[in-house]
Amino acid sequence: MNAVDISDLNVWFGKGRDRVDAVRNVSLTLAQGGSLGLVGESGSGKSTILRALTGLAPSWTGQMTVAGKTLGRRRTRTFYQTVQMVFQDPYASLHPRHSIDQVLSETLTLHGYRDIEPRIEKLLADVGLGPSYRFRYPHQLSGGQRQRVAIARALAPEPAILLLDEPTSALDVSVQAEILNLLTDIRAERDLSYMMVSHDLAVVGHMCERIAVMQNGEIVETMSVEDMRAMRMTHPYSKHLLSASMGLPTDEALSDL
Amino acid sequence: MNLLDVDNLWVKFPTRTGIFDAVRGISFSLGQERLGIVGESGSGKSMTGRAILKLIRPPGQIIADRIAIEGDDIIAMNERQMRKVRGERISMVMQDPKFSLNPVMTVGDQIMEAYRTHTRSSKTDAKRKALEMLEAVSIRAPERVFRAYPHEMSGGMGQRIMIAMMLIPDPRILIADEPTSALDVSVQTQVLGIIDRLVKERGMGLIFISHDLNLVSSFCDRVLIMYSGRIVETCQADKLHEAQHPYTRGLLNSLPRLDAPNRRLEVLQRDPAWRDAPSVSGRI
Amino acid sequence: MTDQVSQSGWRAWLTTDTPTSRRQAKLSSWYHGWLAFRGNTMAMFGLGILVFLILIAIFAPLIAPHDPLAQDLGNRLKPLGESGHFLGTDSLGRDILSRLIYGARITLYIVILVALIAPVVGLFIGTVAGYTGGIIDATLMRITDIFLAFPRLVLALAFVAALGAGIENAVLAIALTAWPPYARIARAETLTIRNSDYISAVRLQGAGPLRIITKHIWPLCLSSLIVRITLDMAGIILAAAGLGFLGMGAQPPTPEWGAMISEGRRFILDHWWVATMPGLAIFTVSLAFNLLGDGLRDVLDPKDGGS
Repeated sequence: MNAVDISDLNVWFGKGRDRVDAVRNVSLTLAQGGSLGLVGESGSGKSTILRALTGLAPSWTGQMTVAGKTLGRRRTRTFYQTVQMVFQDPYASLHPRHSIDQVLSETLTLHGYRDIEPRIEKLLADVGLGPSYRFRYPHQLSGGQRQRVAIARALAPEPAILLLDEPTSALDVSVQAEILNLLTDIRAERDLSYMMVSHDLAVVGHMCERIAVMQNGEIVETMSVEDMRAMRMTHPYSKHLLSASMGLPTDEALSDL
Repeated sequence: MNLLDVDNLWVKFPTRTGIFDAVRGISFSLGQERLGIVGESGSGKSMTGRAILKLIRPPGQIIADRIAIEGDDIIAMNERQMRKVRGERISMVMQDPKFSLNPVMTVGDQIMEAYRTHTRSSKTDAKRKALEMLEAVSIRAPERVFRAYPHEMSGGMGQRIMIAMMLIPDPRILIADEPTSALDVSVQTQVLGIIDRLVKERGMGLIFISHDLNLVSSFCDRVLIMYSGRIVETCQADKLHEAQHPYTRGLLNSLPRLDAPNRRLEVLQRDPAWRDAPSVSGRI
Repeated sequence: MTDQVSQSGWRAWLTTDTPTSRRQAKLSSWYHGWLAFRGNTMAMFGLGILVFLILIAIFAPLIAPHDPLAQDLGNRLKPLGESGHFLGTDSLGRDILSRLIYGARITLYIVILVALIAPVVGLFIGTVAGYTGGIIDATLMRITDIFLAFPRLVLALAFVAALGAGIENAVLAIALTAWPPYARIARAETLTIRNSDYISAVRLQGAGPLRIITKHIWPLCLSSLIVRITLDMAGIILAAAGLGFLGMGAQPPTPEWGAMISEGRRFILDHWWVATMPGLAIFTVSLAFNLLGDGLRDVLDPKDGGS
């Protein structure tokens, strides 16, 4: 059984003449325990797939199946105990007036846990934050520490699938290394499936086994990470994207958009 | 003569707990070259760029023995004299064109204004020059872009317009502060190509501020590596990957690489001694 | 010596970057706010006036030199300082200073009641409209627009005319006319907060709209509302005074400041102090609230809060 199955997904925003089709006829699968990376440039619809999956983008058609259950219009709390998400900007994903303690205890309460105290301490330890961080506010933390808190929040309901929306693009490279290592460790410990969105091919190549390249809302090519490293790709756009991110000269016709 | 000489530059900000030194006594110079300044957030690299233009707002303070543009010391200049220096002799392109362009003025009017504040030229003259400049930044339909508003432009287009605007008064030095980090990779190479061509054609000096080591090493001639307000190392850009300082090495090693996969990334171990070590000179 | 140590101990406890309990974290963030506020001289000045006013209102019977209602027709319209009346007397020979002191109680009563009703109604309507959107938003906002379309005093007059004159009804009328701007602000704030990542994140924990509005949106709207209230206070006092002046608010012989001006206007040319003194009192309190509001805006504005 696959962790996530998506077929013929269309997502759009607005209606009538203002309608923007963000995702068009996308089909993809995330294997149980696997990791899939979605790459593409801004506006290619890669984040929108994650938002549609989590119910944050309301207008969509197609079929989405998570852990064998087909998703309807509404997401239940059981769904959120299977799928959680880490957002791009740790400065925007934590409530500015809530302490770390409030963030985590509210999450645990919502998922019906009773033993909140020990769980908060365990979660903080799992993401490499000592107990001294528990009562701080987001503004007292660095970007990397905030992202650790966001990861702890996502881990609180003990999900099986973690969606990562550019989790390190707002961070410095040295902090990025720490967060990526943390995500690698957590995945090994908890046997999680990852779906990761990024514009950085090196990051996706480091984290994911399979990679889907997106352009204008469509998946143009799906390949294994080995194929990507060996430059074995067929679609011209994926070639162009890879050579651009390796700092190689790119095909002028494609880059002059 | 160097285009720019900076001697012992400090940028200080008073805070409730004491004075915070964003830049701590750095010296460097710039010739007709592409000089990269790299570092993480908070390393003082952007503050250095702003300090050269004297764009640090009070209560922030700029202290330096000398900041000389083609031999003229700007430390003693007042704000009126500085306004003449900015644009005419030294210019700056910022990270996100969305915040640097005026949303209620057409692109053409903004470029013309930039030109006419520095030269007493007629409107037709300014328009001709603006169109020329738009063409110089590889915009294929300059007439159409001239009449457009900034929100109608994509990020890459906006950044090209910014470059056109900044280069129209013919400055000698261009400071580019993360000019491509808000852009997609393919657009990024293109914008860099344009900057590179213009800087070469006009014999300008470029200061390229970035957090991206790979980008700086492939794009610049010489690199200064900054850490907590000081220059910890300087080297030829193409030799950046052979850098010696543990901080530079740590940054390079913490990058995930497509050609050399490993399961865990190296994590930078910061040594408090780096902070206290004296600044390395970045003079030619 | 020990006193000093314990004092600096407290300060360290409050300013620490590593609080160890919920209570310490809360108190510490309040203390930082207070430090920022204390640095603003004008705001502290405003706060000082208001504390002074509250003390006067509480201890009015002890401070007032005369009975505010005692008439002395032999001493009518005495000028400042004459025969033991520091601010003179009014047309019925009542001591103006004593009436002002007792009037502080009424002013505070009105201000506090309006401040408790109007922003709460506005906050509720604005956040619900902003968060739910669609038809609920449209309906609630059109109702708000209708209220906004009338000049405040005219609408308040209509309410008082329907409800009958008196302080309570004046308060109710002012509150009913004061809530729409709060609803507008709360809605605007909600629209920006609604799409932020931290709201998305809490939705991914399965939180419902009620929890999101009350626990996540309200705390962020509150600061801009508090600022707006303090800036509006002057207007509320003036509206109450206006109703009093028109004979629709506090009824004689209650020493409400607006009503006092109203009485004094008959003698404004010959006995200027009768109307001027309560006018100055209203002016001072309004100014104090405005200064306080400016200072609070600097401290509370969530846009640069904490950084």
